Amino acid sequence: MAQSLLQVNDVSYAYHTKAGETPALSHISLTVSKGEFLAIVGPSGCGKSTFLDMLCGLLKPESGEILLNGNPLEFSGAKIGYMLQKDHLFEWRTIYSNVLLGLEIQKKKTPAAVQHAEELLLSYGLDKFRDARPSQLSGGMRQRAALIRTLALDPQLLLLDEPFSALDYQTRLSVGDDIGKIIKKEKKTAILVTHDISEAISMADRVLVFSKRPAKVQKIIPIEFSMKNRTPMSSRSAPEFKNYFNEIWKELNHEA
Amino acid sequence: MKHKVSSMSMGQKTYLQSQKRNAVLIQISRFLIFVFFLIVWESCARLGVIDSFIFSSPSQIFYKMADMIRDGSLFQHVSITLAETLISFALVTVLGIAAAILLWSFPRLSAVLEPYLVVLNSLPKSALAPLLIVWLGSNMRTIVIAGISVAVFGAVLNLYTGFCETDPDKLKLIRTLGGSKADSLFKVVLPSSIPLILSVMKVNIGLSLIGIVIGEMIGSKSGLGYLIIYSSQVLRKRYILKRCDIAFCPSLLCFR
Repeated sequence: MAQSLLQVNDVSYAYHTKAGETPALSHISLTVSKGEFLAIVGPSGCGKSTFLDMLCGLLKPESGEILLNGNPLEFSGAKIGYMLQKDHLFEWRTIYSNVLLGLEIQKKKTPAAVQHAEELLLSYGLDKFRDARPSQLSGGMRQRAALIRTLALDPQLLLLDEPFSALDYQTRLSVGDDIGKIIKKEKKTAILVTHDISEAISMADRVLVFSKRPAKVQKIIPIEFSMKNRTPMSSRSAPEFKNYFNEIWKELNHEA
Repeated sequence: MKHKVSSMSMGQKTYLQSQKRNAVLIQISRFLIFVFFLIVWESCARLGVIDSFIFSSPSQIFYKMADMIRDGSLFQHVSITLAETLISFALVTVLGIAAAILLWSFPRLSAVLEPYLVVLNSLPKSALAPLLIVWLGSNMRTIVIAGISVAVFGAVLNLYTGFCETDPDKLKLIRTLGGSKADSLFKVVLPSSIPLILSVMKVNIGLSLIGIVIGEMIGSKSGLGYLIIYSSQVLRKRYILKRCDIAFCPSLLCFR
């Protein structure tokens, strides 16, 4: 856990429109270690998604720097996987070719990479749906397929932007559990953005609380459970769970 | 027949039968409306309710049509109009898609050109046709260009608007996978616009035909447009009405 994968140093960002400037992020600094699962919670519209867009390289910080493996983001050559709110599987492709979309775009459709994708399909129970259309799958299965599409690129860092918010509550619990286990099993470093406090506690090793816009790092809360081999689902019934919930709830409601 | 479906449940069988009955009913009704229209027209003409010299009648049209089929002139005129329509339709489709792609790829270009497109689209093309003949001469190329001029601007505007309405999150997905503008175009914009392209094509075949007939009316020695103008000059109304019927047929065929 000691080795740091991602380092964010004093990053700020503002949106510009004709009407004026809207600061979104203000002096954010944080570190994420290899293999860690970090969750970011904050009031809605505080700039959480903006932050992920920046980590992914879609937006450039106006000041500050983002280092991945000690190198600036654009030179690091590291692969970052991004999971969006909806699965966005393309209806005109089969599940199999949806999963290969990333490899296709990055022109990395090597036999080894395809093999890797097929193994992922097989081990996560999607192999029998490989020739199905996305609309034939349940919401949970679709989200799994979207995760495999991201994992097929073998990313070092996984960004999850409220990936379960489009699902109904029950599906959301089981898919959260499912995806959490897959990420742990594949030993991926992940950053999850969510507005669901329980989801953050159940999945994360650390929860970071953003303040209202412009977002600042208000508090970082390490999540430690006494139980062994925790899963997102079992964490929810841990005795410490509600203490963490209350702590985060207070942070969100009593801003400095 | 019955034996083949014996494995189905009663409910499924009843459902399929009712579906089939519905389809047959629609076909029959369509046909009956046409027959009813002909009968009313014919009897009105025979009973002197309408002046058959001005309004013609189905039987007169039928005899004239039989004459023209016998001497081969009907086939000649129809095939010329059909060929011109298909050529201009094909060109409209290719030009429309190409121009829409160009506008989508260069937002600044589309911002500059948009007012021109709107003006060109609302220009009355029938007024343009005589000019086209003066500029380009009285030949097939001019007629085809007249056909294109009626359809192409609307096609470009519709396709471009459709392209711009592509789900921004799907485009974001492509960018998070490291895709370029070309990837967005070929993997998202075009595949998701196929229903739109088909519906625009359906409209275009009709518009091309209108343009072709206008062109033929003004500057041609053959084709249905020419026949219409010729017969109106010699005041043989039944020619015109029949011509309008025949002019209607190619679009009906293409619609199928």
